[in-house]
Amino acid sequence: MIVAEKKPMEEVIKEIKDYKNILLLGCNECVTVCEAGGKKEVGILASALRMYFLNQGEEKRIDEVTLERQCDHEYLEEIRDRIDTYDAVLSLACGVGVQFMADKYVSIPVYPGVNTCFLGATEKRGLWTERCQACGQCILASTAGICPISRCAKRILNGPCGGSTNGKCEISKELDCAWQLIINRLKAMSRMDDYEILLDIKDWSSDRAGGPRKVVREDVQE
Amino acid sequence: MKEKTPSKLEKILASGNLAVTSECGPPRGSDPEAIIEKANLIKDYVDAINITDNQTSVTRMCSLAACIRLKLMGLEPVLQMVTRDRNRIALQSDILGAASFDIHNMLCLSGDHQSFGDCASGQNVHDLDSMQLIQTVRRMRDEGKFIGGDEIKRPPKMFVGAAANPFADPFEIRVARLAKKVAAGAEFIQTQCIYNLDKFEKWMEGVRDRGLHEKVHILAGVTPFKSAGMARYMKNKVPGMDVPDEVVKRMSDRPKDKQAEEGINICVESIQRLKEIKGVHGFHVMAIEWEEKVPEIVQRAGLLPRPKM
Ligand code: SF4
Ligand code: SF4
Repeated sequence: MIVAEKKPMEEVIKEIKDYKNILLLGCNECVTVCEAGGKKEVGILASALRMYFLNQGEEKRIDEVTLERQCDHEYLEEIRDRIDTYDAVLSLACGVGVQFMADKYVSIPVYPGVNTCFLGATEKRGLWTERCQACGQCILASTAGICPISRCAKRILNGPCGGSTNGKCEISKELDCAWQLIINRLKAMSRMDDYEILLDIKDWSSDRAGGPRKVVREDVQE
Repeated sequence: MKEKTPSKLEKILASGNLAVTSECGPPRGSDPEAIIEKANLIKDYVDAINITDNQTSVTRMCSLAACIRLKLMGLEPVLQMVTRDRNRIALQSDILGAASFDIHNMLCLSGDHQSFGDCASGQNVHDLDSMQLIQTVRRMRDEGKFIGGDEIKRPPKMFVGAAANPFADPFEIRVARLAKKVAAGAEFIQTQCIYNLDKFEKWMEGVRDRGLHEKVHILAGVTPFKSAGMARYMKNKVPGMDVPDEVVKRMSDRPKDKQAEEGINICVESIQRLKEIKGVHGFHVMAIEWEEKVPEIVQRAGLLPRPKM
């Protein structure tokens, strides 16, 4: 899923302080799972903002809506009949949701309420870690199911580098070295011989480097 | 191993002599004197001089320009290139630039992560990794082809090196990793600084078991400690460095004003022991900001005179 984290309160206040009628728009997907922008977080942030502006002696209308998904026309349409009653939208969806909102409702200012961080997994409640950088040409088959592009600090395809120490990455004692993990799995699968297969120079044109990407499936289009 | 380039370093290694290399870090400014001075201190004691490439990710004068300085002085540079800062266009282009000045040695590295340096908030590139850079330069030289497949007019004649760290984890793949670099096309290796000689010997045993010592020239890396503080720092703070407790103790047992001398002693003794190891074909003496000590180390280790080629 997409992992995001809440923006600091001061930054959010700065974004919306000049508007009177504000819609806080949550999303029921990834940002709910990572507890950054679901219904619960929308509620908490709305209360905190109301409190803040009340203390400042400012009158604001802050409404709460959480959509099933903000990256989908169907759900985003649900707010069409009321959107004109707001001066701004603070979206707690990931960057995709914020932009889809901006695309659809062109005349209303929309602000991000979270920082979109990465594609990752929930290791346990309150701990999310990166697993994929959507390089567009998955090489997990050659790396024992562990992604060095997202999990090695130097995205080394033929690792580890000389900085790997006690299983940890050279940049932090808190961070597993991706290549140690790859080697551990190769060992567990009795495939250590595969370690010596040189991974080819990667074609990054399907990555961010190739420009904005698109997936087209004509067979399912209506 | 047959010679493939005009590199003097390659000639010395091919002739069976023990080679001696050292390194200079370029200055954090544009004054070429810093390089010229350092090079003059060591030039008669080493066969080739590595120029580091923004080492520890701290921005410095570029390695290529500093290598050209050495070339202009009639010296033999080893161009260090990290994959952190340049994509494949820039890497290939710099290789051609170096070759245009007849720079004939190159060391392919991934480079320390930028978080260690003065631009921690910068991007890193890592378009290729160090093994793929080795492959790239070998292909440019041997096939006269760019990565994209086009032909190179006057291909670069680089003697291609790589680093090896026998002490990094996991230890069980350290030999396999060298094998991989050799398969990628590395012709010489400069190792991480060696303080744990027992562990290095064990690694070399594995290297010989696979016959790798006959396919690649291994230059053992040594760095003298200036002080017990430096020994402790290297032990605790530098990733992938293995400094045994007894070495730190040997340094700290000496009074402060005798520690530098002890550091040189340890270094010279290490070289003497390393000389006995089959498959060690030379030494890479990295006297970090202490270049003036290189002559003494090389002389006391019995590595003089340097062969004329
Ligand atoms: S190889 Fe690419 S697609 Fe596969 S997990 Fe890594 S970044 Fe994602
Ligand atoms: S220590 Fe491991 S994870 Fe970190 S940069 Fe090196 S190879 Fe990558």
